[in-house]
Amino acid sequence: MALKELSSLEKALGLKKPNKYSTQGDKKVPVLQRSNGPALSGLVTIATYLVREANRAELLGESAEHRAIVQQWLEYRVTKVDGCQKEDIKTILKDLNTYLEDKVYLAGNQFTLADTLMYYGIHHIIVDLAVQEKEKYVNVTRWFDHVQHYPGIRNHLPPVVVLKNRVYTGSHH
Amino acid sequence: HMKLFVSEGNPHCLKVLAVLKLTGVKCDVQHVNHEEKVVPHLSRPTLPALLLPSGMHLFSANSICRYLGEVSGQPSSDLNNQWLEWEASELQPAVAQALHLAVLQGKGSEASSALQGQLSYLEQSLCKKTTPFLTAEIVSVADVVLWAALYPILSDHGLVLGDQGKVQNWFERVGMLAACESAAQEVLQGKGLKSEALKAYMQKQPAPPHSQAQKRDNQPCNSPEVADGDRVMSEEEILSATVTWAKGLADRPMISDRQHPILPKEGKRNILVTSALPYVNNVPHLGNIIGCVLSADVYARYGRLRGWNVLYVCGTDEYGTATENKAREEGLTPQQICDKYHTVHASIYQWFQVDFDYFGRTTTEKQTQIAQNIFWRLHERGFLLEDTVEQLRCEMCQRFLADRFVEGTCPFCAYPEARGDQCDKCGKLINAVELQEPKCKVCNQTPVVRSSKHLFLDLPKLEAPLEQWLEKSMGSGDWTANAKQITRSWLRDGLKPRCITRDLKWGTPVPHPDFSDKVFYVWFDAPIGYLSITANYTDQWEKWWKNPEQVELYNFMAKDNVPFHSVVFPCSLLGAQDNYSLVNHLVATEYLNYEDTKFSKSRGVGVFGDMAKDTGIPSDVWRFYLLYLRPEGQDSAFSWADMAIKNNSELLNNLGNFINRAGMFVSKFFENCVPAMDLQPEDKRLLALVGWELKQYISLMDKVKIRDSLKCILNISRLGNQYIQVNEPWKKIKGGDTDRQRAGTVTGVSVNIACLLSVMLLPYMPTVCQTIREQLNAPPTVTATMLQGTGNFVCCLPAGHHIGVVSPLFQKLEADQIEDLKKRFGGQQVSTMVVRIYSTWPLIRPFPHQGEKVRALKGQKAEKAVIAVEVDKLLDLKKQLALAEGKNQEPDQTKGTKNTQHAPSPATTAQAVINKADPERAKELTLAVAEQVRWGAEAEN
Repeated sequence: MALKELSSLEKALGLKKPNKYSTQGDKKVPVLQRSNGPALSGLVTIATYLVREANRAELLGESAEHRAIVQQWLEYRVTKVDGCQKEDIKTILKDLNTYLEDKVYLAGNQFTLADTLMYYGIHHIIVDLAVQEKEKYVNVTRWFDHVQHYPGIRNHLPPVVVLKNRVYTGSHH
Repeated sequence: HMKLFVSEGNPHCLKVLAVLKLTGVKCDVQHVNHEEKVVPHLSRPTLPALLLPSGMHLFSANSICRYLGEVSGQPSSDLNNQWLEWEASELQPAVAQALHLAVLQGKGSEASSALQGQLSYLEQSLCKKTTPFLTAEIVSVADVVLWAALYPILSDHGLVLGDQGKVQNWFERVGMLAACESAAQEVLQGKGLKSEALKAYMQKQPAPPHSQAQKRDNQPCNSPEVADGDRVMSEEEILSATVTWAKGLADRPMISDRQHPILPKEGKRNILVTSALPYVNNVPHLGNIIGCVLSADVYARYGRLRGWNVLYVCGTDEYGTATENKAREEGLTPQQICDKYHTVHASIYQWFQVDFDYFGRTTTEKQTQIAQNIFWRLHERGFLLEDTVEQLRCEMCQRFLADRFVEGTCPFCAYPEARGDQCDKCGKLINAVELQEPKCKVCNQTPVVRSSKHLFLDLPKLEAPLEQWLEKSMGSGDWTANAKQITRSWLRDGLKPRCITRDLKWGTPVPHPDFSDKVFYVWFDAPIGYLSITANYTDQWEKWWKNPEQVELYNFMAKDNVPFHSVVFPCSLLGAQDNYSLVNHLVATEYLNYEDTKFSKSRGVGVFGDMAKDTGIPSDVWRFYLLYLRPEGQDSAFSWADMAIKNNSELLNNLGNFINRAGMFVSKFFENCVPAMDLQPEDKRLLALVGWELKQYISLMDKVKIRDSLKCILNISRLGNQYIQVNEPWKKIKGGDTDRQRAGTVTGVSVNIACLLSVMLLPYMPTVCQTIREQLNAPPTVTATMLQGTGNFVCCLPAGHHIGVVSPLFQKLEADQIEDLKKRFGGQQVSTMVVRIYSTWPLIRPFPHQGEKVRALKGQKAEKAVIAVEVDKLLDLKKQLALAEGKNQEPDQTKGTKNTQHAPSPATTAQAVINKADPERAKELTLAVAEQVRWGAEAEN
């Protein structure tokens, strides 16, 4: 899973030469073998490294504060979203929905690596949402739709249909 | 302007405060309550939190630390990122688990083992470094974050952490920084695990989910093996395996010989293992053996290898009506019957190499003392009730009928052959007088209801402390899924007072003067046997049984025994209020079925313990096959043909073949002397793969997944065979210098793997293991080194080591040999034996009786319809006897139908009723009725 994601990310970043990856441990943590340094392990660590390799440092945030927020959501993705139990899903969606109420992307108004990886990680949850639930978490859905249409991002994942007109007018978020 | 919110006792706050002090970044710090909601968009209170100048919040401790580092001029490097990510995703879940165990459950020793994997990863990484800190010569954010995460646990000197010397040094180095020291003081009063603030914080946290290798749990029992050869090993894993290999044997103390009496020791893991006590009046069957004594034996042997302080006790359960009856049958006294069968049991277990520390019995003076003491304590504390009981009495046999001597129709599911205490179909407990159409099993007469005064254990009164204890024990211990499920379903149905006295002679006398002619009911008495057997082993038995602080108790049993061990017996002990050690890990197997299911008289069909040795198949092979089949998680089935296949494919062609080839190469090509090894990348990868299987083996064994960990052993020898096959040392030895050297390396690595296998095999096949060690002349310290911590595959037979004489370990089981065995043990003989032991006696006696009745009616010229009814009864009885003897007299009864009872099957009817009522319960019961013929430890009345 993580390996597919990394190869999609490579494509999105326009990296020409695909890297070689392996995994370690039960959780299949990705490992990148580098020619110019020691191996790197961990999805976020490798993704951050790839972004810099592609000279797209703006995707990591443009100020120290911005970078911290990007890293925070990357960590949230691998610690909270990955391996979440059924009962955690609601909390995650609810919290993200509140958070995204006044934001276009996770780190504010700019698209960052946090959006890409969160999109990859949360895709399986959004796919399973009923129309009514998508409306309940309307900010998450809107964000998700933005990201899946962001040029070059979707790659290995199937598109999720998001209705623009509300069906369940009675529901609140 | 920034503001940092922290709370006392929260280890994550330790991270940010230490980094804040280290970097000197200007920032207001505000102490708040754990429950304070600082970050508006998160539904759960999350601390620490940093309010940024922009008005946004950072709510991850690691991100706050990284940010503080960056604004103070230390941008995060890849390496720093990697450690922070590892801390958040790998270390944190383990730390949460460890803290939960140590702080809330007082299990410090388990806390350190919950962290073993992460600590050894850290140790290996530090070993590879030349710098004093994780990323550089100077301390980095990653160092402080990891230090803070580990601080509560590593600063506690009471914890034994194994040999993580580098971790210890690094930890002390970081902790000496003034920033860290003062932050630790501020958040945890410098106290680590004993900090009150930490405890208060932990109490507010949700319990961490259990992190364990669950993916193997759902593997079906008899599934074909999947070789794990294509597992990808990372450079790190390969490197660390190579480093471990090169360490060689450490100067560890050998595992010392057992000194009896074994008593709990301070600072050791003290493990008390019990196996359900087999009922004395029968020869145990294979289901008995795998479900209890053998499983417990494997775990006890493993525990001793791990260096734990293990005591394994068991014995025969000897009181009760069944013994009385057997005595009457054989014309002996009950005591003589017990003596006779106790010896039979002991010798069977000895043949199976079950290594008890003590194998006792329940008919002892100690049993009386302890049972009566528990009784009086329950009585004094008001946990006993007195009531008049209506009981079935057979006027023909002149006695009150014990539950197992009554049969009738189940009041819940209408199953016609329900026993007096429990229905085999729906599993519900039955009060014998509630049975519809009860029959005395001896004479088939209808018994009458009589009343008698009895004592009851007031289970409803003990329900609250029981539930409280269960929550703790199930939460922290390794209870099998079926044990949890069965226990929960008991509690869900609500507890009722349970009678603890019986109108019998052969039992522990009730000491109360008002009940002087009664004895204790077996279910109350038998589990006390664990205590009294230990008391017969040592006068200091209370050090095991009244010492829950130091002792971890493992109970092994088949699943039908679960309620007695999880509900009823704990209630007796809780009610006695004498600080008894209660079960921490309840390990229950499912049932082992027999291949030939044509007998419908279900109980007792199969191969018996004393027959196994007559097969000529070695005890180790029996052990292997039974453990390979261990009904772990689901039922499994014994079959002769499968036994031959597993012997020939797994033992002979896989395991034996590998070990034998490795040894033969050393003796033939290198004059019994292990050659020099020059490890190539391919060899190192193999070391990593083998090391991975070893770690799996240990983590599965620690969780008592006995069948699953056996597969790891077989995987290793499979890897070894592939390795030899690819490298062809027998060809290379004839080649040039390079080829000869290669042959040496492959031989050396292989023979070392063989030595590792001898260690891992010991709990399963003790004799074979001893043989391998003698053949390889293995040094005695191998066990302690290889099974230390999470497992270390080291080079234990270095170049120059002399091995002994190598010879084959296993023999082929030929098809005709197996056919013979099948005929001898699986066919008619078994049925005859079963009929003799179990089935025939309640059936034979009614025959003449019924025959006479028919003749009398005919003689009286009674109405045809009346005669026809009685004739039908007679025919039915004859048919039952024929079935019990294994002669199926009904050609129209479809072949392959397991259930030979008359249609409509009561099981099906019952199932339909239950399905409607409660789907979950129905699922449980489907398992129970799936097979008519099964072996399992039976709960005798």
